[in-house]
Formats: sequence, structure tokens, C-alpha cells
Amino acid sequence: MELITKVSHFIFEKKPGRGMLLFGLVIVLAVILMAIFAPLIAPYDPTASSSDSFAPPSSQHLMGTNRLGQDVFSRIVWGSRVVLYVVFIATMLSMSIGIPLGLISGYYGGKIDRGLSVIMDSIYAFPALILAIVIAVVLGPSPINTAVAISFVYVPTYFRMVRGQTLSLKGQLFVEAARAVGAKHREIMSKYILPNLAPTILVVFTLSVADAILTEAGLSFLGLSVTPPTPDWGYDLRVGQPFLLDGYWWLVFFPGIAIMLLAMAFALIGEALSERISLGTR
Amino acid sequence: MARGVGQYVVIRGLMIIPTVLILYTIVFIFLRILPGDPILAVVGTKNIAPEQLEHLRAMAGLDKPLYVQYFDYLIRMFHGDFGVTLAFPQGKPVWEYLKLRFPATLELTIFAFTISVLLGLITGVIGAIKKGSKIDTSMRIYSIVAYTLFIPWFGMMLQYLFGVHFHILPTSGRISPGVELHRMTGLYVLDSILTTNKEALISTLKHLVLPSFTLGVVLSGAYTRLVRNNMVDVLSQDFIRAYHARGVKDWKVTWYALKNAFIPVITLMGLQFAILLGGAVLTETTFNWPGMGTFIVDRIDYRDYNAIQGAVVFFAFFVGVISLIVDIVYALLDPRVKY
Repeated sequence: MELITKVSHFIFEKKPGRGMLLFGLVIVLAVILMAIFAPLIAPYDPTASSSDSFAPPSSQHLMGTNRLGQDVFSRIVWGSRVVLYVVFIATMLSMSIGIPLGLISGYYGGKIDRGLSVIMDSIYAFPALILAIVIAVVLGPSPINTAVAISFVYVPTYFRMVRGQTLSLKGQLFVEAARAVGAKHREIMSKYILPNLAPTILVVFTLSVADAILTEAGLSFLGLSVTPPTPDWGYDLRVGQPFLLDGYWWLVFFPGIAIMLLAMAFALIGEALSERISLGTR
Repeated sequence: MARGVGQYVVIRGLMIIPTVLILYTIVFIFLRILPGDPILAVVGTKNIAPEQLEHLRAMAGLDKPLYVQYFDYLIRMFHGDFGVTLAFPQGKPVWEYLKLRFPATLELTIFAFTISVLLGLITGVIGAIKKGSKIDTSMRIYSIVAYTLFIPWFGMMLQYLFGVHFHILPTSGRISPGVELHRMTGLYVLDSILTTNKEALISTLKHLVLPSFTLGVVLSGAYTRLVRNNMVDVLSQDFIRAYHARGVKDWKVTWYALKNAFIPVITLMGLQFAILLGGAVLTETTFNWPGMGTFIVDRIDYRDYNAIQGAVVFFAFFVGVISLIVDIVYALLDPRVKY
């Protein structure tokens, strides 16, 4: 209960960035609810074809239908599941690898640190999407494989941030004090340094989720994420493109808006949070 | 001083090697060591004679032990040999493709890069001058929206608007089918200027507008925000107030401030370039642009691991060279850098 009041106080507090934070949170929440209650919200079966192909947006089909006569709106509703699933797993994976490695690297320093830093910097400097493509190609198209491919390219983001912060924290008085009373290295890292990183990790998390959403959409646009007829935003854009020149704009317009709204929501939350914690991002 | 710069360039240049090696190793691990046979991936489930499989394997160098393959490819790569394609057609040097495709990607990225920096500078400077106003807020919103634009979607909307609706710009390819152009550098704009081919120049530029604008806008958001924040910092410094006090014109002061605010932007350019190349893959696919990105995507359909490995490693070289150039420019412009 106390936590709820604390959180709501944080959200509704009159501080700079409240609008961005609220806007972002509302959209994220809406998409999560949409994914959970997809069967109740979607008016049609997203994979059922009908003879009513290329119907423009109307009261019957809110966002029109595609070549197979599938309802575009229903596909967007169901497609939210794939995006959220892939991005959630990917982010959890990259955090659970990047954060410990960053802690170890920053805390111990020396050869491990130099070796890890060179590797992470090389991956970081390389186009994330291209690396994700290579991994996704090898693993084959499936949501879980896409998640693995995406998680790989975001490990350095967490690593670099955690390493840098650990470096500056480990010389501080409270860490010295902990060491003086005989705390073990593990303890110092997990009980003294890690909690201090939480706010920064939260900001990097929201910003990298925004990025990962666009990467996921990019991979599925290239046909590397799901296999038809699974509804997926990026993939529907790919399938709709050939008909754009015939004037069927609704096949690509709405899935694209869905991708960008979700990415933007996370980016706005990240912006607002980083403003409150007041630290440079990226 | 001159010797110092030279040494710096050489040492910094050598630092590309570990970067390329690490990326090569990662790609090699994924493509070769993970379960899955590249040859079987290409031929799929088709029934194929064992001898023919062996032949394919030998051609791709896959019959040797893994560590031999690893070093073999590495050594050949530094001689410009990026292996051969495994399918459609079989056995064609990957380099032959890269040679044709790379200039297309380079041309697109140069234009997109220029557009992104210009847009970023303009919006950032406007935001900084009008700090705290509605205009500042809208520039900030621009930066976030631009950053989260999904390239294929934005590209398609422009295609629809300018290609289908107004019918004034081409939506795919690099040059109109009927237009002749003598190929020299592979950069079509440069080639048509060199051969004083006006028709080709106009056609090429028209084809460049939508793809480079798409990619440029998406990348401009990061500059907007950095330029704005740097400008705000610089504009609040004493020397700026001194200029104002002496009655220097506003636009001149802004110019001086911009020069000071620009140095950190150069660092961002290096980082942005990686994102630019990733975005180029999507832009090329959307606009059917015959570059490196569409090459990789084409090869995905054939599961041609050899060609993908070649193209990605080549990309790693390219990224390395760009970050080298950015570092050198930075070192030359910022007097604080010691060689």
C-alpha cells in the first residue's frame, strides 16, 4: 500500500516532465491491456481470411482489411502480443548479462575489464540492426529467436552504463567503509553498489526498450521474426507495401502508427525519468 | 605538431584491427559454430547427391577444421577476398557484389548524413535561441518523434505522398531505367558530374530525395537535442555576454556560439554512423535501393551464410574507418586533444 502511494506520488508530482511521463505510461498500459485482452477487444479473428479484401476503413472494419480480407485492426490488437513478448524477453536477457558483467568489470578492473570493454565497445559501435539480422538469420524466424538476437545487441548498452557508474561509485566513502568492516566483494557489489545504480538502470531500460521495439519491428519487416499468418506489426508492413502504390495506404499506415506509438511512449517515459534523476542519457 | 598528428592517425588507425577482429569472430561464431550446416541451409530439403554436397563444402572452404576456416578466411579477407556466394549464383566472389553495392550505400548515407546534421543544427539552434518557449518545446517533441519514427513506415508514407498522390518523385531504384550512365566510381551523382551527363544527374538526384530524406530525418533527432543543449550552455557563458555588451549583432553571436557548440556534435557523428548504417538496411529495403543492405536481405532469402558473413565483415571495416575519420577530425578541431 505504501509502495502504491509512493509510486503514484512520483507519477503525479508536479515536476518537469509530468506530461511526458503520464502520456507514456497511459500508452504503455493501454498496449499491455490490449495484449492481455486481445480476444475480447479484437472484433475479428486476426488470421481468418474473408472475401472482403482491400476494404477501406469503415464502421465495419475500423482500419480496413488487407489482401486476404483480414481485419487490420484485429491484427494490430493481436500483434501487440508478439512485440511485448519479444521485447520483454530480450530486455530481461540483456539486463541479466550486461549488468553483472558491468559490475564485475568496473569493480575489479584490470585485465578482465580491459578485455570485456574492448569486446563490448566493438559490439556497441557496430550497427545493432545488422548484427541482430545475422543472429536472427542463423536462429531462424520465431519470436523467441528474435528476442535472443535483440538481447545480444543491447548487452553493451547496460554493460557500459553499469561499468562507468561502478567505477565512480567504488571509490566513494560508503564503499570504503563497507570494505573496512569486512564486507565481501560480492556483498559490496550487490548490496552497496547495485542499489545505487537502480535509477540509472531504470532510465536506460526504458530508452533501450524504445529502441528494441523499433529493432523488433525492423527484423520482422525484413521477414525475420514471425512466420505467417501470425499477426505482427512489422511483418504486416512488409506484406502491405506492394499494395501501397495501388492506393491501399491503410495496410501499412496503422501498423506503423502502432509501432511508433509504443516506441515513443517508452522514449517519453525515459526522457521524463532522466530529467527527474537529471543525468545525461546515452 | 605535424608529426604528432601523423603518429596519432597511424595509432588510431591500428585500433580498427581489434574492432574488426572481434566482430569477425562474433559473426564467425554465430554463422559457423552454432548448430546448423550452411550448405544444408542453402540446398534446403532438396534431395542432393552426397558428392555434390562435398563439392559445395570444399568450394566454400567448409571441409576444413573450424580453426583453419577461421584463420583462412581472416587472411584472405585482408587481401580483399570475402569468400564466394553459396547460391544463386554459386561460387561468385562476394567482393564482386560488394564492389557494386557499396557505392550505392555510400551515396545514400552521405546524403542522409548531411540532411540529418543540417536538420539537427537548424532545429537545435532554433530551440536554444527560443529556450523555454513553445518553439523550444516543439523542437524537443520533433527530436523525440524523429528518433522513434519507424523508417519503413515513414518511407512508405513519403512514397505514397510524393510518388502516388502528387506523382513527382520516383519511389524505387537509383536511376530511371532508360537513362544511360557511364559507371566510373559507382557514386551516380559523382559519375554524372564527371561525365557531364545532365539527364543522369537529374534522374539520380530525384531518386535520392525520398530515401535520403527518410533516413536523414530519423537520424536528425539526436543532433537536435545535443545541439540545443550545447548551445544553451555556450549562450550562457561570459564571452557571449561580452559580445552582446559590445553590440555584436545577434546572428553573429549565434554563429560564434554554434562553432563552440559543434565540437561535441562531432563525437555524436561517429556513434550516429552505426545507427545510420542500420537504418540504411531498412531504407534500402523500403526504396528498393541496390546497396549493401538489400544485398544482405536478398542473401537472407537464400540463407547464403558466406555472402552474409562477407558483407557484415565489410561493414565492420567501414564502421572502423568512419570512427577513425571522426576521431581525426575531432583531434584536429579540438585544441584540447593531445596526440
